[in-house]
Amino acid sequence: MKTSTLFIRTPEGIVFSQLLAGPVTRFFAWFIDQLCIGAAMSLLGSLLDLLGMVSLNFAVALNVIAYFIVGIGYGIFFEWTWRGQTVGKKLFRLRVVDVDGMRLQFNQIVVRNLLRFVDELPVFYFVGGLTCWLNSKCQRLGDIAANTIVIRAPRIAEPDLDQLLAGKFNSLRQFPHLAARLRQNVSPMEANTALQALLRRNEFDPVARVELFGELAAHFRGKVEFPAEAMDGVADEQFVRNVVDVIYRTHAENAAGKAAVTAVEAWPAGV
Amino acid sequence: MIIDLQKFIATGRPFWTELEAMLARLEAEPDLRMPLGQLQLFHQLYERTAADLAKLTTFSSEPETRRYLENLVARAYGEIHETRDKQRRIFPWKWFFQTLPQTFRRHVRAFYLSVAITLAGCAFGGLAIAFDPDAKPVLMPFSHLLQDPRKRVAEEEKAANDRLAGHKTEFSAELMTHNTKVSILTLALGMTWGVGTIIMLFYNGVILGAVSVDYIHSGETKFLMGWLMPHGVIEIPAILIAGQAGLLLAFALIGRGTRASLKTRLREISGDLATLIGGVGVMLVWAGFIEAFLSQYHQPVIPYEVKIAFGFVELILLFLFLAKSGANKKPAAKTLDE
Repeated sequence: MKTSTLFIRTPEGIVFSQLLAGPVTRFFAWFIDQLCIGAAMSLLGSLLDLLGMVSLNFAVALNVIAYFIVGIGYGIFFEWTWRGQTVGKKLFRLRVVDVDGMRLQFNQIVVRNLLRFVDELPVFYFVGGLTCWLNSKCQRLGDIAANTIVIRAPRIAEPDLDQLLAGKFNSLRQFPHLAARLRQNVSPMEANTALQALLRRNEFDPVARVELFGELAAHFRGKVEFPAEAMDGVADEQFVRNVVDVIYRTHAENAAGKAAVTAVEAWPAGV
Repeated sequence: MIIDLQKFIATGRPFWTELEAMLARLEAEPDLRMPLGQLQLFHQLYERTAADLAKLTTFSSEPETRRYLENLVARAYGEIHETRDKQRRIFPWKWFFQTLPQTFRRHVRAFYLSVAITLAGCAFGGLAIAFDPDAKPVLMPFSHLLQDPRKRVAEEEKAANDRLAGHKTEFSAELMTHNTKVSILTLALGMTWGVGTIIMLFYNGVILGAVSVDYIHSGETKFLMGWLMPHGVIEIPAILIAGQAGLLLAFALIGRGTRASLKTRLREISGDLATLIGGVGVMLVWAGFIEAFLSQYHQPVIPYEVKIAFGFVELILLFLFLAKSGANKKPAAKTLDE
């Protein structure tokens, strides 16, 4: 079955996923690489033209060899030195990796690049594209032979939920028993939908954003009925934010509450 | 249960950051060999992060943190579980005189098959020309081969001017690149379960057989040997080795007689394919030089005997190289069982 994600299970029983790159993105990356090869060739050609003033025969020979080496060696060189990336792949955030998640070997890079000769038959990577389209892991023939896959490698930074959740007054927390019921009633999928909406809130069109948070707020209001003082003056988006805060920050709140109690108990009487 | 993300991240972050820093160092310095203490720490951090990922996947559907942890685990997994050599350093001398001939000998049966297919093509081409000389344009669609051999030899031997003068290096470069492309294609077509490779080898054999019979039939055997041997004794084996690599790939795809998975079979031969095609490249560079600078010059410029002798010397050296180079002469150390 064709899928966009490859799951790898480690011997420790941990499963991690790799997002597979599709043929269209790969084609664009290849196109950029062709432009880079063309640019490199044109630069080299100009330099070799200078050599032609000494010996035209030698300059033409070097040109022929350089074109051949750059054409074949470009992919091998960059994928090896940039750990599975070429200029085009870097631009489209793609990376060649081992199909089992192992370290990419030089042999694998050589084989996958040499098999381009059959993948590019008869024109414009028809064989490779067709194989990629039909293959469950989106591999062209070179990838199959070399045991490699091309994955999407988005820039991943350390997660930071602080900006999203912390430091805001949450009117729902004034009613801990209702907050607990909300946590009980909300499924992980619903919680994730709300969280994703908040994480991507700035990407939405303003009207769509209002509509989306209106629908989400209506949905979560139906889960638990909070008293009017908890809801007064709270916009839909703020309500969803409060819901997410309640769901994802249970223990932190408890810990903070306990700390506050401890602090009050420790305070000398009559001061 | 939904995990307390903030606490989870706050607790796990120092370990993840440390693992990320170690991975960045390993990736930037591939030759780095960590001391035992650091290795143990690296393994612990990997296990801790993997456990965090498992916990997060089970109790929360928060994608950002999961993706971050997956990325860390994936990178660390590749470093920890990889058992193959890192292959960062290449030793050309050792590769050429040991790895290449050893790899060739390890898969010599595929080479014999490659030779047999080419010989079958030779026999077909030779017989076709012998029985029907008019089939020449079909069998050898190259203008320079269509000429009557006797006429060509007479012209070559009378030629006062060097027709390659001023173009020898260019001609040599074109030969090298063209032959290397054909060789790589012969290897790559192994992905068609060997059908493409067999066709390429057979077709090469057909042309070789047809040309040979054409010249021999015209009484120009000496010219033929003088013309083909200096470069052909290297170029033809190079194509045969490319065929050997293509057939090796095909055997791995078909997987007859083995229970290993396709992935394992292909993984086992990928290094050998790269080695064989690398060797083919080196051989074709040599053959390109010889073809441009020696093979195209005939008697009286260079006597045929000299060219044929040169070809024989090359052939013997190539045979010795492929058969003997890198062979371990010392008897294997006895094992405890013995």
